[in-house]
Amino acid sequence: MGFGQLPYDVAHLLGGAVLLLSFVLLYQRRMAAVINAFATQGALLALAVAWQGWAQGAPGLYVTALVAAAAKAVLIPLALRALVRRFGLHRSAEPALGIGAGLIAGVALVALAILVVLPATTGAGALAREDLAMALSVVLLGMLMMITRRQAISQVIGLLSLENGLVLAAAGVRGLPLVVELSTAALVLVLAGVAGFFAFHLRARFESLDLSLLHRHRGERAEAEQP
Amino acid sequence: MSVGMPLSLGLPLLLVALPFLGGVVLAVLPSLRVAALLNIALALAGFLLALGLLALPRGGEEAVWLLHLDALNLPLLLLGAFVGLTTACFSAATVGGEGFSPRAGRAYHAAFQVFLGANHLALLADNLGLMWVAIELATFATVLMVALHRTPAALEAAWKFLILCGVGIALALFGTILLAMAALPFAGDGGAALSFAVLLRVGREADPSLLTLAFIFLLVGYGTKAGLVPLHSWLPDAHAEGPMAISAVLSGLLLNAALHAVLRAKAVVALNPGPLPPGALMMAMGLASLLLAAFALWRRRDARRFFAWSSIEHMGLAAFAFGLGGPAALAGMLHLLGHSLVKSAIFFGLGRATMLRGSQSLAGLGGLVKSHPRLGWSLMLAMLAIAGLPPFSLFASEFLLVQQTVARLPWLTLPLGIGLLVAALAMAQAMQALGLGPAPAAVPLRAVPSLLGPRLDAWAALAPLHLHLLLALLLGLALPAPILAVLLDAARIAG
Amino acid sequence: MTLLPAILSQLLHLALMLAAAPLLVGVVRWLKARLMGRQGPNPLQPWRDLRKLVRKQPLLAENASVVSLAAPYAALGATAAAAALVPGFAHGMLLAPMADLILVAGLLALARFALALAAMDVGTAFGDLGAAREMSFAAFAEPAFVLAVLAFAILAGTTNLDAIGTLLQEGMVGLRVTLGLALLALLAVALAENGRLPVDNPATHLELTMVHEAMLLESSGRQLALWEMQGALRLTLWLTLLAALFFPFGTAGADAGPLGWLLGLLAWAIKLGVLAVALAVFESAIAKMRVFRVPEFLGAALLLALLGAVFLFLSTGLA
Repeated sequence: MGFGQLPYDVAHLLGGAVLLLSFVLLYQRRMAAVINAFATQGALLALAVAWQGWAQGAPGLYVTALVAAAAKAVLIPLALRALVRRFGLHRSAEPALGIGAGLIAGVALVALAILVVLPATTGAGALAREDLAMALSVVLLGMLMMITRRQAISQVIGLLSLENGLVLAAAGVRGLPLVVELSTAALVLVLAGVAGFFAFHLRARFESLDLSLLHRHRGERAEAEQP
Repeated sequence: MSVGMPLSLGLPLLLVALPFLGGVVLAVLPSLRVAALLNIALALAGFLLALGLLALPRGGEEAVWLLHLDALNLPLLLLGAFVGLTTACFSAATVGGEGFSPRAGRAYHAAFQVFLGANHLALLADNLGLMWVAIELATFATVLMVALHRTPAALEAAWKFLILCGVGIALALFGTILLAMAALPFAGDGGAALSFAVLLRVGREADPSLLTLAFIFLLVGYGTKAGLVPLHSWLPDAHAEGPMAISAVLSGLLLNAALHAVLRAKAVVALNPGPLPPGALMMAMGLASLLLAAFALWRRRDARRFFAWSSIEHMGLAAFAFGLGGPAALAGMLHLLGHSLVKSAIFFGLGRATMLRGSQSLAGLGGLVKSHPRLGWSLMLAMLAIAGLPPFSLFASEFLLVQQTVARLPWLTLPLGIGLLVAALAMAQAMQALGLGPAPAAVPLRAVPSLLGPRLDAWAALAPLHLHLLLALLLGLALPAPILAVLLDAARIAG
Repeated sequence: MTLLPAILSQLLHLALMLAAAPLLVGVVRWLKARLMGRQGPNPLQPWRDLRKLVRKQPLLAENASVVSLAAPYAALGATAAAAALVPGFAHGMLLAPMADLILVAGLLALARFALALAAMDVGTAFGDLGAAREMSFAAFAEPAFVLAVLAFAILAGTTNLDAIGTLLQEGMVGLRVTLGLALLALLAVALAENGRLPVDNPATHLELTMVHEAMLLESSGRQLALWEMQGALRLTLWLTLLAALFFPFGTAGADAGPLGWLLGLLAWAIKLGVLAVALAVFESAIAKMRVFRVPEFLGAALLLALLGAVFLFLSTGLA
């Protein structure tokens, strides 16, 4: 399969769109815009997975697509918006690394992903290779977002968008066993951890969810400063 | 159908299922005291079941219900169940002093059992995907436990744990997908491409560069949980801020399970090494962890963080040993066992001392030998053991490792020796401060809330420590022939 | 005997571009007004304005030099030359061998240079401010454009717009991520180049943040008519360029007869219409960006174009 054939083209384009949304996530400052971009990415991911399900003739992928659409395009953004409203996090947060520098680093990471994946996968089909390169790029950009943002919610969104990249990778490999189970398990585990953390702990203690405030509480430093 | 089949199916399944069921019960049990005792009972049952595994046939090709028992996971399972049992005893003695609310107490015991179950599952799983899920489950159970104290420091530790391990999750899953992708063209039936048995069969034909790429992701991903270098920074905080008992199981079980996953991947990838042999990658990461931790040890003031960094050092050593392979893999196996035993013993002693003194800084715990002779000397002994002094088993494994390095890669002896020496010196310095140094001016006498009564508390806290040291001593002095046979077999599997 | 159709199509193309330009501006204004619930001026209004301006006596500042007089002609000439190069309804026009994307970029840069010079000529604060802003935006927009061109060059093996258009029309390239990225980058560049929202508001003379209009404050009469024409022609050029690169359907071939041309003309009109509607909808929906954010916006476009080029370069190099 190569360029010019519909299944290939559309899969490629949808993967690229998911990747593009990762850049949008890095570019946006306002929390509401970040959440919108994340929801869009979730919807595009669901489309990409569903398309792969059709192109590969793997009905199991429709389930993954459905889970992605329900959770990532609808439910999680709603929950995040509620969280933002509750804590009044609308104000824009300057990332630790400037927007421009973050975007440049993002392009470098994409180049890295391509350089890593393509030479190593000469045996696989062209679709799987490019898909894998894009999925790895999404994973790396999610990590970059987690590094460059200080706010807890932004870091969670980075983690979830990173997980989007994993689902994209899993869907792109033809005939991979347990795709549905693994992608769902990944989502559930991440969400359980994050939701538990927010629900039980941060709510009571902190007005703001800015994690840079937490550093001063670290045991060791506090003790070192004692006379 | 033979009689052996249902047993070999049932026993591992029961071993995995029991803690999960127990966790559900513990999650709703209101009394902290009853919960602590039930926790011990469950751990004891798990240990007996693990002993029962000894009677089963090992190394069969066929995985039963996605579970698989062989010489590599058997010793780790036994060790896990044993440390789980002793930690449950220790936990019963100290949980009263943690100051948990009833809800936190329930969550704590439930998470403890879920963690044990997930750990057993991660070791027994024959399927890469299942193993991945199990390790993540274990991770999130520990995140929950680390955060239970709700202090800002504990929250930061839990958050760091969650975020870094989230990254680890991602990388490991990506590596899993790549490995499956490499195996898919040869695995025939698609459903089996994640099974280790199948992977071992087809590894020789698979694309070597893809295998190498998959291994890099798996190594960094699971290496996060094993505390290997680039993503290690969650480990000291998680060890220092959670409840006392958690530090013991973290060092004793989770790190092993993660390294075990790396070993499984290495066994597959080593069949058909690509541009970068997996052993060399493991050695590089192990050595980096060893050196970084050895120097970081000198700057620590917090006792639990100090020993957590020492865990990073020892996991680095083990990774280095497995990377070197051959006879050194035996050293790695022995080192994993010895380190788990001794490190959890240290955390038992440290937990007890922290509870008595109300401080967990090295300075605040000074002069322990004078104020609490039995506890102080036991802790000193355990620190000698972890520093790699004879006659404990860590000496044997480190000796074997150095000897293998000198013989096979002499130019690596220097960094390895420097790392070992610097770490041992740091340990000696800490030992001096902790055991013999001056006691803080006013040692407050704390009334420790107790579940079992003070006498039983002291006993339940110290007996596991002594038991662990005794076992480490036995492993170091004379390795019984059957155990040696199993370990050699394990070393062969790990390559 | 292909020379005659080539000359004919070239002349027809240029005439149509010139005729359609003010009309296109009028249509966009009218659409925006309708979308905002107003009656809106007749789409022919820009033509009427131009006629009125040409009749008026130009009024120049006392210290205006020859630059103020000559710059509008240079800018309009450069823009018209660029417009002649971009294939509209047919391929294989007379100037097609010269229709290099980099040449188009150069001609547009020349026009911008003339505009900035004219704005600074009189030395008023607004003119200088607008010129400074225009040039600083261009510092991001031009590299983004060139990088997008680079992506097309890797894909097609040439920077000739006519050849790229023909290749894309045949559909052999397929849908590529790089094309999507280049599209986004070029859209952002087009918005900035034409002074549209969110970079600049084309409908106001009152804001301190205006860019394009600030540069025209000192011109009047004939000069202003030339500038308005230049702006309109530039917008038409960009929309035609986007259509040629990303919607290459229906363009008549080099040797198509009058009937083929007619179909090509129809397709061209439809494409321009669709793009005009899209522009109007977009501008109605979006708010103007703070001036300080614009370099970031264009920087993102630059990076997208870079990403597209890198992606293509690496994946074709390693495939």
